[in-house]
Amino acid sequence: MAKKEYAFYPGCSSQLKASASNYLTSTQSMCKTLDIKLTEIPDWNCCSASISYTGASELKRHVLNARNFALAEKHLPGQDVVATCAACWLNARESKEKLDVDHEFLAKANTALKAAGLQYQGKAAIKHMVEVLIEDFGYEQLGQPVVKPLEGVKFAGYVGCQTNRPFGIAGESYENPMYLDKLVETVGAEPIKEYDQKVACCGGALAFSEPEKSQKQIRNIIESAYDHGADMIVTPCPLCQANVEVYQSEINRKQGTNFNMPVTYYSQLMTVAYGGSVKEAGLDGHVIEPTKLIEIAKKG
Amino acid sequence: MNALVETENRPYEGNFLREVEREVEGGDWVKMCMQCGVCAGSCPLGPHWEHTPQKIFMMIRAGKREEVLTSDAMWMCTSCYNCVVRCPRKLPITTIMHGLASYSNRLGLTPKMQPTRDFSLQFFNNFKRTGRVNELKLTIGLYFKDGFVAGLKKGWEMRYVALALLKAKRLNPFELFGGHKCKDQQGIEAMFAKVDEIEAAEKAGK
Repeated sequence: MAKKEYAFYPGCSSQLKASASNYLTSTQSMCKTLDIKLTEIPDWNCCSASISYTGASELKRHVLNARNFALAEKHLPGQDVVATCAACWLNARESKEKLDVDHEFLAKANTALKAAGLQYQGKAAIKHMVEVLIEDFGYEQLGQPVVKPLEGVKFAGYVGCQTNRPFGIAGESYENPMYLDKLVETVGAEPIKEYDQKVACCGGALAFSEPEKSQKQIRNIIESAYDHGADMIVTPCPLCQANVEVYQSEINRKQGTNFNMPVTYYSQLMTVAYGGSVKEAGLDGHVIEPTKLIEIAKKG
Repeated sequence: MNALVETENRPYEGNFLREVEREVEGGDWVKMCMQCGVCAGSCPLGPHWEHTPQKIFMMIRAGKREEVLTSDAMWMCTSCYNCVVRCPRKLPITTIMHGLASYSNRLGLTPKMQPTRDFSLQFFNNFKRTGRVNELKLTIGLYFKDGFVAGLKKGWEMRYVALALLKAKRLNPFELFGGHKCKDQQGIEAMFAKVDEIEAAEKAGK
């Protein structure tokens, strides 16, 4: 039996050939080493993200998340729900806080869920994968399987917004959370503690609708990583990853910069440190190759 | 109906704050703002707000209905929650800004072609039937929202980004013909239909 079992909520961006598919690949590899069993919630749906507010009413948004909780309670009773995506986690948690406190609202949500043959009982808890790592395992345990310490690699830990606010990781400050730096240290790499864009916003969904305004944010996030001597950026959020990595060519083209800064996931660092291959760590899924990580993964 | 005169249809009302409390998600928090301005100083897109959240809260209380609801200010919210965690009165500012934006759209008062309104609507429409986001259709929908020629131009402009994602196996051209979806789409449709029913009954009861 696996050491720990969770009801897994991968989210839309983690699906096959979607924008964060390599986040899923590396998460699965990391969990295999840690003996974590992730069972996908059968037929899970979108969390509604933060951006769908114009089309989706308050009740619709919360009912969407209630459906996922209800499915988890039905098919995977007793297991905590775990999300890897910052937005999935935030929205599920916002819904849970609303549904578990406001009984009148819960009754309405359950009336709607009944139409889909489901019921939310308020049992399933929701966690981000980072919470699983830190709270259910702890840095010491996470360090034990390290066989290839990422020595000499400097990481700018870009926490971003939604894994940090408004809920965040217990015991961490909103202005300067340390968990990502500690995870970097755990795998033997060097966190850049002075990185001042740690909790800045990449523009989120507005990277699509307000590209110029967002790219100004993204430029700061990358420039600060360069100025502090980072080899690459590491983040827990799939939208941060995509926005900060993918738009570098656009910023270069429009603003004459020469950015080529890799943006990775904590799960990739851990997979490589645990001895995983380039493929297992999803390092073949980058627009900007994280060469230093690839070199370590390729070393025998 | 001209939404701007809605207040005149309720001559007994004459109070925009009450309207916001009644109609806008999180609106009952507006009266709690103590005008410290921390939200305005904390916003990553701060310089682009026609009126900062602090100002919007005061404008609501001052009855500046048209100025608030026709502004594109609240569409600048990136959902970063920085203002929320710093607000000394714990106002759910992100929720209120989304709520105001959504209310302005419901009344048809949002500036035409407001890009975040358009993207927000597209995002929900993208997954509401299938239950899951189709990233390719979402992107194409965004590029072509201002017409076919504009879409081709935008697509061409972004070709390097698209090719790089394709190469990294993070973009699937076949999503155009299907893509990821939930199995119980009927259930999701029935669930949403029930929500519509509940909300219509509530509106009638107001």
